Amino acid sequence: MKCLRMVGLVIGAAFCAAQANSEELTGTLKKIKETGAITIGYRDSSIPFSYLDDNQKPIGFAIDICLAIVDAVKKDLKLDKLAVEFNPVTSSTRIPLLANGTIDLECGSTTNNADRLKQVAFTNTHFLTATRFVSKKSSKLGSIEDLKGKSVASTSGTTNIKQLTEANAARSLGINIIPAKEHAESFLMVETDRAVAAVLDDVLLASFVAGSKDPGAYVISTDAFSKPEPYGIMLRKDDPDFKKVVDAATAALYQSADGQKLYDKWFMQKIPPKGLNLNTPIGAELKHEFSKPSDSPDPDSYKAM
Amino acid sequence: MNYHWNWSIFFEPAPNGTGTYLDMLLSGLLLTIETSLCAWIIALVFGAVVGVMRTLPSKAASRIGFAYVEFFRNMPLLVQLFIWFFVLPEIVPQDWGLWLKQMPHAPFYTAVIGIGLFMSARVAEQTRAGVNSLPRGQKMAATALGLTTAQTYRYVLLPMAFRIIMPPLTSEFLSTIKNTSVAITIGLIELTGEARAMQEFSFQVFEAFTGATVLYLLINIVVVVAMRFLERSIAIPGYITGK
Repeated sequence: MKCLRMVGLVIGAAFCAAQANSEELTGTLKKIKETGAITIGYRDSSIPFSYLDDNQKPIGFAIDICLAIVDAVKKDLKLDKLAVEFNPVTSSTRIPLLANGTIDLECGSTTNNADRLKQVAFTNTHFLTATRFVSKKSSKLGSIEDLKGKSVASTSGTTNIKQLTEANAARSLGINIIPAKEHAESFLMVETDRAVAAVLDDVLLASFVAGSKDPGAYVISTDAFSKPEPYGIMLRKDDPDFKKVVDAATAALYQSADGQKLYDKWFMQKIPPKGLNLNTPIGAELKHEFSKPSDSPDPDSYKAM
Repeated sequence: MNYHWNWSIFFEPAPNGTGTYLDMLLSGLLLTIETSLCAWIIALVFGAVVGVMRTLPSKAASRIGFAYVEFFRNMPLLVQLFIWFFVLPEIVPQDWGLWLKQMPHAPFYTAVIGIGLFMSARVAEQTRAGVNSLPRGQKMAATALGLTTAQTYRYVLLPMAFRIIMPPLTSEFLSTIKNTSVAITIGLIELTGEARAMQEFSFQVFEAFTGATVLYLLINIVVVVAMRFLERSIAIPGYITGK
């Protein structure tokens, strides 16, 4: 009897506790409030989204957006002080570190697609990029058809190499695909003539060309392997309260004049550390997305009206 | 942890259109096995030759062997692979360099040679240790019988030495298999490479690397069992490693 009563008490207590909790914060917001800190995951070489400057400090377009999100979180939680910590991530570690709570936001150049949504959530799209190829001007390659029978590099495990493989099979081009471990290495393959072309996100190609020894020697194709795909800032799945705050913060930023200003700062002006200028004006699709922010993974939904 | 486990991911079709994710890992496993077998053959041949050189009476041979071992043993494998893959084609004449760069399956050959030579330095040390572990009397007896140096090694020293170093050689073979994962840095998409690709496509990181771990474990167990079997079948009753 005594035993049963105890059980009843415990269940009752648990029930009360659960009810009390539901009024309070949950998930990431709760964690941020308790620890007084938010951790941002950054990439070390995703220029100009998220990379290290010459003082080994993470900077970039996505980092600036994340700092705006941090301000919004701070305001939402009515905190006087919110410490921002930075933690480096790679394409292999970003999911585990986000899942186990080491990082709260992943600020880089991660493509938002339907498969990935099973594992994580994305906030409003901050960039759109299509898969294109870069080649030396001297090799005179204009279209995808020109790559027939040649050696072409791409980074293993990316959506780019997947699209290249698909195009290769669908159009029976007989391309010899060389998988590289990293984006920089894919470009290195073209620089050292191991491959005639490298297939990557066009914005990454622009940054590699701008950073190469002789930027005039390379040309980025107009022919694309894919529709423009969205980049998003990644957060934990099933955390609606946090996502609401982040979505509102990014939407407010993109819709204000600051969104365009921020874009110009990273894509139209010289950026540290080497003073590169990517010279990539905002596209019609992205402009439209900024006026109507969306977190959709579907490339078709980003058509400029 | 906020993670969506999905173990059935292995049976879902992979986006590269060659079957399921499991097929992807298995094709990586096949490449890992091919690379490590070829590298192991190079390691054994070069290692045995260099190891024997280090025990020869000739001073010059022993010095060459010493230089070889220290060169390949004291540089990280990753650096060696980079030198073979990125630096070598730039320092040879341009025509050769271009030929090297445009050779099909260049990462495979580079990995086989790079890992093979790296491991050969270690096999050489094992061989030397094996030969040196034999009682001096063996060599003297062979000389007294009128055998030449070559015959002494062929009929007296090496048959015993190799039996003695069988267990450490098993470890070196296992290391060779595991070292092939470094070749991912020069674009060889072996087991680790496929696991990385799988996690990038599916975002199921833990499942992908667990799968790769299990496969590595399995081939290494197969190697260990096979080597044990080999050890037992070549053992000489009454001598060091025999019963």
